[in-house]
Amino acid sequence: MGRTMTRIDATFARLKSQNKKAFVAYIMAGDPDVERSLAVMKGLPGAGVDVIELGLPFTDPMADGPTIQLAGQRALEAGMTLDKTLQMVRDFRATDANTPIVLMGYYNPIYSRGVDTFLAQATKAGIDGMIIVDLPPEEDSELCLPAQAAGLNFIRLATPTTDAKRLPKVLQNTSGFVYYVSVTGITGAAAAQAADVGPEVARIKRSTDLPVIVGFGINTPEAAMAIASVADGCVVGSAIVKEISTGKPVADVLSFVATLAAGAHSA
Amino acid sequence: MGERTQMEDGVNSFMTGPDEQGRFGKFGGRFVSETLMPLILDLEARYEFAKTDPTFWAEMDDLWKHYVGRPSPLYYADRLTKHLGGAKIYMKRDELNHTGAHKINNVLGQIILARRMGKTRIIAETGAGQHGVATATVCAKFGLQCVVYMGAHDVERQAPNVFRMRLLGAEVIPVTSGRGTLKDAMNDALRDWVTNVRDTFYCIGTVAGPHPYPAMVRDFQSIIGKEVRWQLAEQEGEGRLPDTIIAAIGGGSNAMGLFYPFLDDPSVNIIGVEAGGKGVDARMEHCASLTGGRPGVLHGNRTYLLQDNDGQILEGFSISAGLDYPGIGPEHSWLHDMGRAQYVSITDKEALEAFQLSCKLEGIIPALEPSHALAHVMKIAPTLPAEHIIVMNMCGRGDKDIFTVAKHLGFDMKI
Repeated sequence: MGRTMTRIDATFARLKSQNKKAFVAYIMAGDPDVERSLAVMKGLPGAGVDVIELGLPFTDPMADGPTIQLAGQRALEAGMTLDKTLQMVRDFRATDANTPIVLMGYYNPIYSRGVDTFLAQATKAGIDGMIIVDLPPEEDSELCLPAQAAGLNFIRLATPTTDAKRLPKVLQNTSGFVYYVSVTGITGAAAAQAADVGPEVARIKRSTDLPVIVGFGINTPEAAMAIASVADGCVVGSAIVKEISTGKPVADVLSFVATLAAGAHSA
Repeated sequence: MGERTQMEDGVNSFMTGPDEQGRFGKFGGRFVSETLMPLILDLEARYEFAKTDPTFWAEMDDLWKHYVGRPSPLYYADRLTKHLGGAKIYMKRDELNHTGAHKINNVLGQIILARRMGKTRIIAETGAGQHGVATATVCAKFGLQCVVYMGAHDVERQAPNVFRMRLLGAEVIPVTSGRGTLKDAMNDALRDWVTNVRDTFYCIGTVAGPHPYPAMVRDFQSIIGKEVRWQLAEQEGEGRLPDTIIAAIGGGSNAMGLFYPFLDDPSVNIIGVEAGGKGVDARMEHCASLTGGRPGVLHGNRTYLLQDNDGQILEGFSISAGLDYPGIGPEHSWLHDMGRAQYVSITDKEALEAFQLSCKLEGIIPALEPSHALAHVMKIAPTLPAEHIIVMNMCGRGDKDIFTVAKHLGFDMKI
């Protein structure tokens, strides 16, 4: 649709040509502090991460389970802000020009900044796309359409409750990839089952050419492989955030991430 | 005031909102995750149908009359009127409802709707516990499973209401996420809903949340203002409208219920009273979203919120657990911006004085929430002429608050 190709589009094109599944990792910006969070972030591509989802902390993360709630609280208590999150992205970009960064969070911190100002700052910092949990298609004029006009991908969630009638609406203004939420629930919830997810992914793929990536409830290399094998890739968030919360050295966190990436890539 | 504003903004009526997007001007909307959207659209369709379905309202009217005890009286507070020496003061006695507050007006409507939608499990959030008790009550009456989310801090300070809910068969879940307050209870209720979306109905206690909740809760609470219209005419003569109507606001459901039927009567002054806590200033130890906040998006709607410069939500502060919420219903935000209603704030100290005055002069122990409305009546009534009629909403009784009040007055309850 005349859109410029983002780092996200380029990454999925490359993975497709290599016949490889995508591994997407989530971390919370500034958890437990900027320095450690940035060190983990910089190590993610080397651990096999294809796309980074960077959480923007918010006081009221109503779609997140306890693990990510606490990560957001740690980050906010350590003084994390939107400006510092954008600075983290710039610092990352200084050493990595290619790995896509998707900002994931809630609308209010962005609305508070002002959509136009935010989009200019995000683009300049090197953010490639956004997943904003509390902006369904009904609210597309708020951020989705302006973001696409600014050259950023707006990645939409599809869920088990998104029925056939609603799916076209969900896909309409989505770009980059479709994020299929494997369970009705919050992040870090019950384990996703490949047997349930497979048919749903197939259903979505019949209606779109975009890659379909599955997240929620994936926490082991085995699960990453099982889910990635029935989709175009998978996302792990809470399990990685939990590793970070134990205070382990960054190298240990990254070697755990590498096992998950290897799982997804073996699919 | 109302007439001029209507003309200036090209608005023919203040009663037509929300629009199809669930907006009151720029406020309101449907800011929820995709998992909840299909359910919210279904709820909207079911509610739109019920609104014009006579059998739905027949069921409501029957329960309002025989179970809740409606109509609640409109009471002329003669000693308070004489004491203040100005305007004539009426109290709308919604504290006499079953369960002791206006909350049950709305709960009945939502539970009847939930039953029509085939939902078997009801969840609710509660602050002071009044909405939780009302929800537990109606669930007991209809044999529905009931789960109430309540901030851990509120569970502690509202022990009698927690016990009431448990007696009524509800499961009360203390919320420790965030800081364990009403807004965190609402977050956890939303997390439960998103997890159990197929069999669960979320019974929201105020005129906030994603569309259609603000409109639906307002419509159920509007029975308050509708009764005031005919009751005042009965006592003061045909066609006599109140000159000023006043109600306290946390989320704002009792206020919307009183205000809504009068929005298109330009002669009626409308005043909402927010909780000023320790004072509306830079310390931010208050819950006055309109006076001390700015527009933002939380819990499914755009409205005025207490927040920092980075869009992070702040905790409210008030002596009244029922007003302790950092947001306000989106329709109030719109009425505020349109200038149709005036919003003021009252401090804890002023509310405590009003609480005591009502006890001593009228023999009515008010909840701390309407004590805020009464405190504003005390400020303006002496400045108004005797023929000026004020109706304030006595939306809840104070039994639940006597421990808090005793503590503030230095009275030892342990004897």
